[in-house]
Amino acid sequence: MTLERIQLEHVPANIRIYATLFRDVANADFLHSQLLARNPDFEYAFVDASSVISRFHLLSAVYAAVNALVTGSLRTPNVHSEIVVSLNVNNNIADAYRRWGIAPGKTKDLIVVKVVAAPEGAASTGTASSPARTAQEPDDEQQSLWTHLATHVQGTPSDLTDANLAPLTDWSKVRKYYRLNGVPALAGCKDGEEKRRQEEKLAVMGMALKGL
Amino acid sequence: MTAADKQFPPPPILTHPSASPPILVTQGAEGRLYKTTHLLPTLPCALKYRPPKPYRHPALDARLTRARISAEAKVLERCWREGVPVPAVHAMDAAAGWLAMEWIEGVPVRVAINAWLGDAEGEAAPTNEKQEEDLVDLMRRIGEAVGKLHKTGVVHGDLTTSNMMLRPRGSGTPANGEPEAATQDGRAKALEGEVVLIDFGLATQSMSDEDRAVDLYVLERAFASTHPRAERLFGAILDQYKTTFKKAPSVLAKLEDVRMRGRKRSMLG
Ligand SMILES: Nc1ncnc2c1ncn2[C@@H]1O[C@H](COP(=O)(O)OP(=O)(O)O)[C@@H](O)[C@H]1O
Ligand SMILES: [Mg+2]
Repeated sequence: MTLERIQLEHVPANIRIYATLFRDVANADFLHSQLLARNPDFEYAFVDASSVISRFHLLSAVYAAVNALVTGSLRTPNVHSEIVVSLNVNNNIADAYRRWGIAPGKTKDLIVVKVVAAPEGAASTGTASSPARTAQEPDDEQQSLWTHLATHVQGTPSDLTDANLAPLTDWSKVRKYYRLNGVPALAGCKDGEEKRRQEEKLAVMGMALKGL
Repeated sequence: MTAADKQFPPPPILTHPSASPPILVTQGAEGRLYKTTHLLPTLPCALKYRPPKPYRHPALDARLTRARISAEAKVLERCWREGVPVPAVHAMDAAAGWLAMEWIEGVPVRVAINAWLGDAEGEAAPTNEKQEEDLVDLMRRIGEAVGKLHKTGVVHGDLTTSNMMLRPRGSGTPANGEPEAATQDGRAKALEGEVVLIDFGLATQSMSDEDRAVDLYVLERAFASTHPRAERLFGAILDQYKTTFKKAPSVLAKLEDVRMRGRKRSMLG
């Protein structure tokens, strides 16, 4: 199973986040059609990995969406669509889906994120130092999500690591989406690794500011 | 809940679980600064929070808070893009009144300079030229940072040595927090590092010589009161400012006027 539970800082204990990566997905059309049909069994964020820079980049969007869910300020129908829109530098939903969403006939490598919001209070006693918050959650939630994904996504399950994500990034797209071309801060930056980190920061700043 | 939490209830976002508890770094008139983590336990961040002001009308308060947090984030982003050394923005919820930014390792320039000067005092021999050169060098780095800032069309609004950090070189990753001043070697290193400008709560976008000159004047006064023994080296800041920023001459001319007004005002009491 490559589906992992991701524990983010400052997320209420009743919210559980899962994510994984599928490479060489063969049935993007089918998955996309399930989203369009609003099939409740497919309440996932499907993100095209070619538009994602790194785990940090993705998690920044996940956090923004979860925060919107928690504070009651979702701009889109649910937390999963909110993740896709959170990757954008403005509030244009259609645009966000075109750029970061799953595209029939196009998406090859797919990131899947699932956010489960358990009823408030169900597992709200935990702090990071107490194991309480993991004790009460359904043990099989992760397993059943995985079974569902493994059944319906035709692709190679892969760990959601920077090493796996990096080769999938389409930089010409990403540079366009986040306006990374001609940025003075990147001008004197040669070293590849360092430059990537700077570009990642710029992308995340663009997301946080949402075109202000 | 600690006593501090009762006095200053943390923002809702910081009441959710994190690997280590948030630390209240400062409690200012306008807002609070917490050291906490963002996304991962290994990523420290500075979270600025503007709590609701009970004496203001709630609708007005919400609008002001949102506008100020957004404005600060926007200026940070603009500066960062332009290559001015400032913390990167990680996340923001303007409606909730918070802004999470990159944690800058090191100490405020104020602390570094005072530790260094304090050390000099304790020493038998007075500070020699070589040692003074270290301080002059820091002044130049300050002048360069301010020059870059003004070049991008931003004035800071509250330039003091508390609103600049001295980040040890090569500390993208977690590092030491205290200034090294104990040893000879430590002393030499105490003023090393990159000057990073922080606290853009009062910043505005402005290209006016007058506004820029006021920025420099505020910094000059801050030096006089915080580091009187370093004040005579203030010229090094202006020299480097001139080298970094083409339009400096007209700003420095305005600075003369601003100083004059300042003197008149203090004479009038
Ligand atoms: N990004 C940061 N990284 C590390 N320390 C910071 C950062 N931002 C602020 N601080 C610390 O918190 C203090 C207060 O923050 P500041 O932005 O100046 O708020 P205030 O408006 O209260 O002066 C600073 O003097 C500095 O010591
Ligand atoms: Mg300050």
